[in-house]
Parts: sequence; C-alpha cells; structure tokens
Amino acid sequence: MSRRKDNYDTSRWLKFKKWVDGEVDLLADGMEARVPEGTAGREKACVPEGTAGREKALAPEGKAGRGEALAPEGKAGRGEALAPEGKAGRAEARALKGKAGRAEARAPEGNDNQARPKTEAMSQAAYEAVQEEELKKLPIFTQGYDKSVDHGLALFRKFYRFMSVLLCGGLILVLLWTVAYLPIFGNAGNPDNNEVSARYIERGLQETGAVNIVTGMILDYRAFDTFGESCVLFIASCCVLVLLRIDASSKDSQTEKRRKEAAYDRLYEPKNDIILQKCACILVPVILIFGIYIVLNGHLSPGGGFSGGAVLGSGLILYLNAFGFQKTERFFTEKVYRRTTLCALTFYCLAKSYSFFTGANHMNSGIPLGTPGAILSSGLILPLNICVGLVVACTMYAFYTLFRKGGM
Amino acid sequence: MLKLFEFILLFVLIGCSISVACTRDLLTSIVIFMSYSLVMCVIWVLLQSPDLAITEAAVGAGVTSILFFVTLKKIRAIRKEKTDEPEEG
Repeated sequence: MSRRKDNYDTSRWLKFKKWVDGEVDLLADGMEARVPEGTAGREKACVPEGTAGREKALAPEGKAGRGEALAPEGKAGRGEALAPEGKAGRAEARALKGKAGRAEARAPEGNDNQARPKTEAMSQAAYEAVQEEELKKLPIFTQGYDKSVDHGLALFRKFYRFMSVLLCGGLILVLLWTVAYLPIFGNAGNPDNNEVSARYIERGLQETGAVNIVTGMILDYRAFDTFGESCVLFIASCCVLVLLRIDASSKDSQTEKRRKEAAYDRLYEPKNDIILQKCACILVPVILIFGIYIVLNGHLSPGGGFSGGAVLGSGLILYLNAFGFQKTERFFTEKVYRRTTLCALTFYCLAKSYSFFTGANHMNSGIPLGTPGAILSSGLILPLNICVGLVVACTMYAFYTLFRKGGM
Repeated sequence: MLKLFEFILLFVLIGCSISVACTRDLLTSIVIFMSYSLVMCVIWVLLQSPDLAITEAAVGAGVTSILFFVTLKKIRAIRKEKTDEPEEG
C-alpha cells in the first residue's frame, strides 16, 4: 500500500540525512552493519516476528568507540533494543513487547521537548488494545447485521438500496431538467446583461478609479456585502475556536485527555523533514510575496483581498508544517490574531460606514481617486483590500492551528 | 483546439466528481477532491475569471484539503499503518 507510513526512524532516508549532516560515516561501515539484508531488511529491522524466540540486536552505526548496547532480555528473546546511534544526546531506546499490547516506549530524543514520557505512550497503546478487544466482544460484531439471523433487516436493506437509487435518479433528472431551461452561456440576450452590469462596466472606472472592475464592484458598489463576508469568516473562526480550543489552564479531566491527544498526535510527525524544509525555504517567500502582490495590486490586476489573503494563509500553513509551531509562535500568537482581525474589521467598518448609513448611495468620500493604473489610486479600495486580506489570512491560519493542536 | 481542451477538462471534472463518490478510502477521495479543484482552477482561467482561479487554487486545492487531512488524522481515520508496522504505534 503506497500510503503506508514509512518507518521513519530506521529508514535509509534518515541515514542519508545523518550522512549529509556529517554525523555518520555511511560509506565506511554504517549501512552494512545496521541493515544486513538489503532492502528487505529495512522493514524487518525492528519488528520481531512471531513468538518464537528471535533475538535481534542491532549494533550502533559508526565506528568503534561509540559504545554498544545489546538487548538485555532474560528469556526467549522477545525484547529488542536498538543501540544509541549517532552522537551525544541522540539516545533512543525502543522496547517491543511480543504480545498484542504493542506497547511502545520512546525515550526523548535529544532536547526535543515534545516527546512524552514512556508510561504515557504505553498506557495509550494498552488502552487502545483493550478498547479493540471490548469492541470485538460486543454482539454487534458477532451476530448483528447478519442476514441469516434477521430477515427483516435483509428486507430493509434491499428496500433502502432501492429507495436511495430511486432518490438519486430523481434528483439527477430534476437537476438536468432545470439545466435545460437555463439561458445559453455567454449569450448577449441573457437576463444578467441588464442595466446594472452595463452601468458597472461603463462608469466603473470613472466612479471607483479601479482598473480591475471586479474589485471596484466588490469593494465600492458592494462594499457592504464584502464586509458581511469578512465578518462571516471571523465568526466562523470564533466558532472553531469555541469548539476546538484546548484551555491550557483548565484542570478538567476531559481537557487533560484532549491535551494529551494533541501531544500524542504531534509525536507522529516526521520532525525536521529535510525535503519539506528545503522546499519550504524556496517556496514560502515566493508564496508570501505573491500573496502580498495580489492584495496590494488588487485594484489593478486580477485578485484582491480574498484571494491574496488565502494565498498568504496557505503560505503560512506551509511554513508551519515545515518548521513546527515553535517557529511560528515567534510572530503569530493568539494575541496577534485577535488584534489584527479586530483592527482590520474595525477599520473597514469605520471607513465604509458613511455609505452604509446612507443606504450605500455613492457619496464622495473626499479622497481623490488618482490616476487609474497607479498603485496609489482608487480611494479607499487599497486599504480595504489590505483589511480583507489580513482577515482572510489570519482566519486560514487560525483554522489550521486550531484543527491541528487546539490553540495558537 | 481550445474547445477540445475545454471538453477534456470538463470530462475530467465529471470523472473526478464521480470517483470521489465511489472511492471507499477517505484519503484517496481527498486527493481526488484536490485534483478536482485544480482542474476547476484551469477552467476558471479559460472562462476568463482569473480572480476566481487564484481563490480556487488557494482555498479549494490548498487550505480545504489540508483541513480535511488534519481532520482525518484527528479522528484516526488514517490508521492502517498500525497493522502494517506495529512499532509506529
């Protein structure tokens, strides 16, 4: 299966990375000492198969003088211990129990502060194993949903399938029938070619000063709609915050469990992935600059606040994925998020309130429109674009961090 | 020629949307959903609305799919590797 998670810690890739970093001399004896059976050895290297006593002890890589720790098992070799590899502070010990418990213990790697204590990992694994066994004992797995047991259920299933196919067919028919009555795409006589769009096209540049008609429309004629959209985004991120946030100060047992789960989740991540980091080093500045360009140039070229903000947000998410939360927390915390969003929305509201209160009738704002095509033109559209872009970027990033670890 | 290209893209779109509904594996369906957004982005450009194309590429193919991935991971839907490699836990 292609999407199987690669065994990261023992993979050749890690060895290659260490070799690149200069920690291990791969060409001398490292590869052969650790992985005796070619490619097949990579998967088997850490998995004791069966219950037959099979000892495996892997020698540390590198040259003599690194110290060697072999597995200290008492009885038929169930246990296994990988010797510490690499240099100081990289000690790693693994114990695999032969039974179904599959307990796992991982010593903290170096000064990586997100590693958890051994006992927690073991209790988590044991808890899951017990849960699976309990599930198998339930009658639903042994006799329920068996057609031979319950004839009524079988009949209901047939009926259910028939009705669902009927419903889907009916829905498709109705939709196709409706589509057949739609006006032809791009036809000049369509009802959307009325006086409103004619007015926008003819006098838009003159009235708003924006070369890009779309931005001129959504941030000048229809600024109220855009304000509503920004508020919807803000409210959505507030709802996600309420639902997913893990309170750091709470002593509740439920909260404690969720916090543990979040920590457990992060342990899976292949930390310091060199491919991702190198790609991110090249891509993130380009993405961020492109996003800023889209936001600032929104009234001149295709784009605007929303698209630029989305690009900025995805660039931030890529940066976060590559370098972890510690790096992003230097410049983006919850406080920053709160202040940015609040300031942007307040500025938008204040700047446009004159036209909101007059029923969105176009009034002179007093700001000169400037020459069309210049970057400092078209009045309020540029600051409004920046506001919308900030709100959208913050919201995207906040969504991701809240989904990921329940906080910012 | 452009017309033909447009038709090919539209058929890819239909194929994507049908296969999203048909795949049983959630991870695969998310990847197909991403490709749907990508094809849709090209179609927006062909329909002469580049603003929507940028938004579709960033939101549809980028952020939404990533949120789906994170959700799948949170609800432990991606857990096949447990049986494959026990030591990953």
